[in-house]
Amino acid sequence: MIRVILPHHLRTLAKVGDEVHVDLNGSATVKSLLDALEQKYPMLRGTIREHGTLKRRSLVRFFVCGEDISHESPDAPLPDAIVKGEEPFFVMGAIAGG
Amino acid sequence: MSGIRLLVGTKKGAFVLTSDAKRKDWKVTGPHFAGWEIYHMKGSLVDQNRIYASQTSGWFGQIIQRSDDGGKTWSTPGTGEEDLRGPDGMPKGGASNDFRYDGIPGTHQWYDGTQHPWEFKRVWHLEPALDDVDHVYAGVEDAALFESRDGGKRWSELSGLRQHDTGPRWQPGAGGMCLHTILINPKNQKQIFVAISAAGAFRTDDGGKTWKPINKGLVSQFMPDPSAEVGHCVHRIAFHPSKPSTLFMQKHWDVMRSDDSGDSWKEVSDNLPTDFGFPIDVHAHEPETIYVVPIKSDSEHYPLDGKLQVWRSRTGGNKWEVLTKGLPQKDCYVNVLRDSMSVDSLDPCGIYFGTTGGQVYGSSDAGDSWNAIVRDLPAVLSVEAQTLK
Repeated sequence: MIRVILPHHLRTLAKVGDEVHVDLNGSATVKSLLDALEQKYPMLRGTIREHGTLKRRSLVRFFVCGEDISHESPDAPLPDAIVKGEEPFFVMGAIAGG
Repeated sequence: MSGIRLLVGTKKGAFVLTSDAKRKDWKVTGPHFAGWEIYHMKGSLVDQNRIYASQTSGWFGQIIQRSDDGGKTWSTPGTGEEDLRGPDGMPKGGASNDFRYDGIPGTHQWYDGTQHPWEFKRVWHLEPALDDVDHVYAGVEDAALFESRDGGKRWSELSGLRQHDTGPRWQPGAGGMCLHTILINPKNQKQIFVAISAAGAFRTDDGGKTWKPINKGLVSQFMPDPSAEVGHCVHRIAFHPSKPSTLFMQKHWDVMRSDDSGDSWKEVSDNLPTDFGFPIDVHAHEPETIYVVPIKSDSEHYPLDGKLQVWRSRTGGNKWEVLTKGLPQKDCYVNVLRDSMSVDSLDPCGIYFGTTGGQVYGSSDAGDSWNAIVRDLPAVLSVEAQTLK
């Protein structure tokens, strides 16, 4: 079970609380995690990644274990601490504007 | 019992304002979708409880919301239990915000005159079809027209518009290259008018397959050829449903009128103190009575001399009278955006508009007098009035 913390606006969109849980079958990567997250909460499709290309939206960031992994390959394995549920996977809105 | 429901989209959420037919006491609910920009909401004429909303964010993109109970509850179409698995057991749904251009999008003119790829940004306007509650049109930025025939679950582009051979000459206005107005002729629903900033007005007579620019008579001094076929910054067009061949237009500068379904236009600004502005609307029972809100200039988006004024013409333009009773007549520097004026169909006609200062003003006597229904909402992007049966 992977713990995911969404930004406020996506929590209200998906009508979920502070943290959501996602189960993965197979490899744990950003891509497989987001695939499972969007399958469980289809209203999130297009809000984190673009439809079609599945590219991360430019003002969305991913953090794990205190590190910004936004620019890493979506197919890179997630750290064990994320896979074991010891640390959450953060989806964040980039700071922009005033 | 009849009543009025105002659907108010703002920079920070949606609000629903309701009143009985007296239009004196209003109940305000919201914010719905708090913190999100709500560009537009509109109810279906087929079922007054079906409302579509465009919810957007610079961070998280476009969302379509739908209510089937008059704005009490909302959901993103295609994400209900019944939508989540197809016949093959595979998950589906979640496509209500998938606005993908048909084919290779191509390019349009950019601010600096170079060509720039078409890129979907947001839905500016939602226009429910007149005869099917699940059929709805969406006007988007970068300018294109989409439709959904399943209540907003999936969208497809009516690409004949964007692929018109003038497309590469369309260019964004200050607010982006948006398709912001959609008018469906109730007497012939295959005839649809749209307006785009800054391309101009277009008409289809075949349900959206083919389109023609309808900008003859428009003069825009900022363009190299002021009378060009396209490139005009049309801010809003409107008609009376009983007389859809007569169109009224608030252009960037100039208030215009057409009596031949847009084939030609003439200016009817006459005694307006300034003919710059954004909204224009038509009285519900008097096809020749129209309303505008003059704004000082394209560099100063606020009322002239700090006085908020609606101007009314009972002659379809040219002879205008100022309406100020109940509106602030000093120190008022708000704007009224293009989708922020609407009329109800009670008698006398009610008219409403919202401001970038967060006020929603209403008149229950066709504009003779005004009251602030609410004063302190976020900046208002759109107002739609529903006359409830």
